[in-house]
Amino acid sequence: MSTHSDQQLLTNYRANLKKEKRIVVYWQLLILISFFVIWEVTSHYYLIDPLIFSSPSRIIQLLIERFVDGSIFMHVQITLFETILGFVIGTLLGVVFASILWTSIRIAKVLDPYLVILNAMPKVALGPIIIVALGPGYVSIITMGAIISVIITTIVVYSAFNEVDPNFSKVLRSFGATRWQCFKEAIFPATLPTIISTLKVNVGLSWVGVIVGEFLVSKQGLGYLIIYGFQVFDFTLVMSSLLLIAIIAAIMYKLVEKMEKWLIKHTV
Amino acid sequence: MSFLTLENVSHLYFSKQNYTKALSNISFSVKEGEFISILGPSGCGKTTILSVIAGIIQQTKGKVHLKGKPLDQSTMAIGYMLQQDYLFPWKTIIDNVLLGPKITKQNDEELKQKAIDLLETVGLEDVALKYPDSLSGGMRQRVALVRTLITNPEILLLDEPFSALDYMTKLTLEDLVFALLRDYQKTAILVTHDIAEAISMSDRLIIMDTNPGTIAQIIEIPIELRNERPFLVRRHPKYQKIFDKVWHELNKYEQNFDQKGSV
Repeated sequence: MSTHSDQQLLTNYRANLKKEKRIVVYWQLLILISFFVIWEVTSHYYLIDPLIFSSPSRIIQLLIERFVDGSIFMHVQITLFETILGFVIGTLLGVVFASILWTSIRIAKVLDPYLVILNAMPKVALGPIIIVALGPGYVSIITMGAIISVIITTIVVYSAFNEVDPNFSKVLRSFGATRWQCFKEAIFPATLPTIISTLKVNVGLSWVGVIVGEFLVSKQGLGYLIIYGFQVFDFTLVMSSLLLIAIIAAIMYKLVEKMEKWLIKHTV
Repeated sequence: MSFLTLENVSHLYFSKQNYTKALSNISFSVKEGEFISILGPSGCGKTTILSVIAGIIQQTKGKVHLKGKPLDQSTMAIGYMLQQDYLFPWKTIIDNVLLGPKITKQNDEELKQKAIDLLETVGLEDVALKYPDSLSGGMRQRVALVRTLITNPEILLLDEPFSALDYMTKLTLEDLVFALLRDYQKTAILVTHDIAEAISMSDRLIIMDTNPGTIAQIIEIPIELRNERPFLVRRHPKYQKIFDKVWHELNKYEQNFDQKGSV
């Protein structure tokens, strides 16, 4: 009797959870659809300037055309390649720099003010210098994507290294571990969750670096399409590129999140 | 010849404003196979003594000899157990246990079997491939004990290893550690603030005073109590008298600590 009603309660609870989830999804869809509908309608009736804001139907039409003739793939591919490379290089270099700082407290102290200045400086302002130094091509754009995330990664990861409970190192040192062994066995694995979460931030940052880089110099890529569309006043092209960037960036973020779950099962 | 000797060991901790004298002229010796407890008010430098013996910190003054050799020339394995287990959460139980051998680069199948056997000895079966987060506090502390024992240390340093456990688990583990140390003939130094635990496990008690940390008194535990299991010691007719004596001594220094603290 009682187990029956207990079971009933569990079923009710589950049903409630499901219902709540459904309501959230409904609202999300409602916002999405009304956004596009309002955009389409206002643009159609000239409530907003269709020349500047374009309209969903025109964007979709353009995207279909570009997909069919295949010309969009090259741009997506190039931007994606630059962004992934930029954020991987930026994160890796940041972790390496943080490790170097960790090897010697003196080095960390000496470099501290320089890190503060480099971090405070808007990295995209370095764009022209990078392009002049490395030439107008992929290398410059990838460098932009990497440089924007490397300093902040260094700072965040280094401080995470220092926050690891010193008793883990104490255990290792009682076995006679060297500083390098302490790093390998305790400091680095304990910091892995922080490193992964900087990865999530860096995905977004690298998009900024790469798009600005493409604004400045490129002849291909989504950033190029935006700046080209702007120059020829084709805002349908600008909006389509923006939409693609938003979708791809969201997918990348979700992938990093998946990787996080897969990598980090047992943490402090 | 003594197994471990501390001779006039002093240690200072420095800060920008001032220095703290954590230890002042600490001298004592431990015989092989002996179990010593260090009792004292908080801040009396108990943990500092263990860190000095473990070679984790270098004492400011004085000498430490292990089996007649100065500490820094000794290659003897030392086992150190902390208040919390500090099992590495990203490693399986077996990898946690084999951490010491990994550090000294001696990983082989034989050791792995020894680890599994030792885990069984402490009552843990089929946990080798699990992760620490699926074990209870008492089980985790047992794994930490096995991790300490696997390197075959000749001396064990126990820094309040039972204080984070619930009372039942604590009593069971005390008996287990006591029996294991007897079986393997290990020398051990226990740091604790639990009088009952110190009396029931040790052969001798070192009572410390604070500010700076000095040895106030050394109390021998009667032979009848030494060989009993910790659980049974607590019921022994002679137990209460020792307890009262230690309580009295500690109270003296605890008050002392309060007075000095107010200066």
